Amino acid sequence: MLTRDQIAMRVAQEFKDGDYVNLGIGIPTLAANYVPNDISVMLQSENGLLGMGRYPTEDEVDADMINAGKETVTAITGASIFNSAESFAMIRGGHVDFTVLGAFEVDVSGNIASWMIPGKLVKGMGGAMDLVAGAKNIIVTMTHTDKHGNSKLLPECTLPLTGVNCITRIITDLAVLSVENGAFVLQERAPGVSVKEIQAKTAGKLVVSGDVPEMQF
Amino acid sequence: MAGFNKVVSSYDEAMAGLKDGMTVIAGGFGLCGIPEGIISQIKDMAVKELTVVSNNCGVDGFGLGLLLEDKQIKKMVSSYVGENALFEKQLLDGELEVELTPQGTLAEKMRAGGAGIPAFYTATGYGTPVGEGKEVKEFDGRPYILEHAITGDFAIVKAWKVDTYGNCVYRHTAQNFNPMAATAGKITVVEAEEIVEAGSLSPSEIHTPGIYVNRVIKGSFEKRIERRVVSKEAV
Repeated sequence: MLTRDQIAMRVAQEFKDGDYVNLGIGIPTLAANYVPNDISVMLQSENGLLGMGRYPTEDEVDADMINAGKETVTAITGASIFNSAESFAMIRGGHVDFTVLGAFEVDVSGNIASWMIPGKLVKGMGGAMDLVAGAKNIIVTMTHTDKHGNSKLLPECTLPLTGVNCITRIITDLAVLSVENGAFVLQERAPGVSVKEIQAKTAGKLVVSGDVPEMQF
Repeated sequence: MAGFNKVVSSYDEAMAGLKDGMTVIAGGFGLCGIPEGIISQIKDMAVKELTVVSNNCGVDGFGLGLLLEDKQIKKMVSSYVGENALFEKQLLDGELEVELTPQGTLAEKMRAGGAGIPAFYTATGYGTPVGEGKEVKEFDGRPYILEHAITGDFAIVKAWKVDTYGNCVYRHTAQNFNPMAATAGKITVVEAEEIVEAGSLSPSEIHTPGIYVNRVIKGSFEKRIERRVVSKEAV
């Protein structure tokens, strides 16, 4: 079973040199720490920053430089800053190569539920619905099961959706899976995790073909 | 003759005409790039039943959160409202209505409102609660929902520099929703850190042309930081 940082490490392996990437809050943000040294990716922050850098030092803190999580940040060399309509034009228009975000549930049709649990106070979807509607490749990171052991990979999402038919790849603490033709397809196992365990913890249709390799770090 | 000079000298003048029940479009993302003095003025004016269109609703005791203290807001149109205990309470008590709108759709609603486009199709929100009851149309086999533009009786905007003619420049990510908000108000009021003479900004650097702006006021800003995160050293 992978830690949060290990999930983030595996996510970072998906990036290609020259990719523009939007990382959601939580595990996705950690992926920025594990981008391989031999490639460059540029991070998009949907409040209007392309080329997000590290957190500032005390001396660099600037109230006018924040990320979409409202944290103070810096910009890297070659960054650009723009308004919110422009920011979502590049998202909705399919110019962002990768979006990585968390979820409560994903189903075999590539639907995602990530923003609303009925009966609990709803804080809002922020930019998540625009991101899943627009990015070319969307990776969901989450634990394979909830804290009660229930699968989060379902035949059909039960919670209100964030987007439909949009998720193509899922990286959990147990596995890497793709979503194809109405099924989850097992691509890789976390080190030491058996196919049997993944099958037991995946409620939606799961396709397993041949020997499933372990993730390499 | 004032000509194109939009500068006013008091917040009373800046927000003259704001009445109960009006719609106010506000720039800002969290506490970044918000017109602090104008928000305080709206609080002091004690106008009620406002519809406020803004990505967020400030925090307890600062930003648009100030307008919750005397229950001045009837309805918020926002993408994320999770930073504010008073907001939660008024929402649960039924004293406040919220229309959650995806962030990109919100920006585009303002942009369209200012640009004379009454509605637009977007894939964002199709098949979700946001799409419920909205017209659906397919283009090249993909379904899109119809979203309507937003305009406001007032738009309140925070700029870094503005010239006396209302030409605005924003600084860093304090730009955010401000340029779209500026276009979408019947009366657009800009509060800036600095007012400069017309002609002292390069025409090429203007983010918001003065044609959108009705009133300009010099503000003073606390610029509170919502989440101060620092690195120990520059890596």
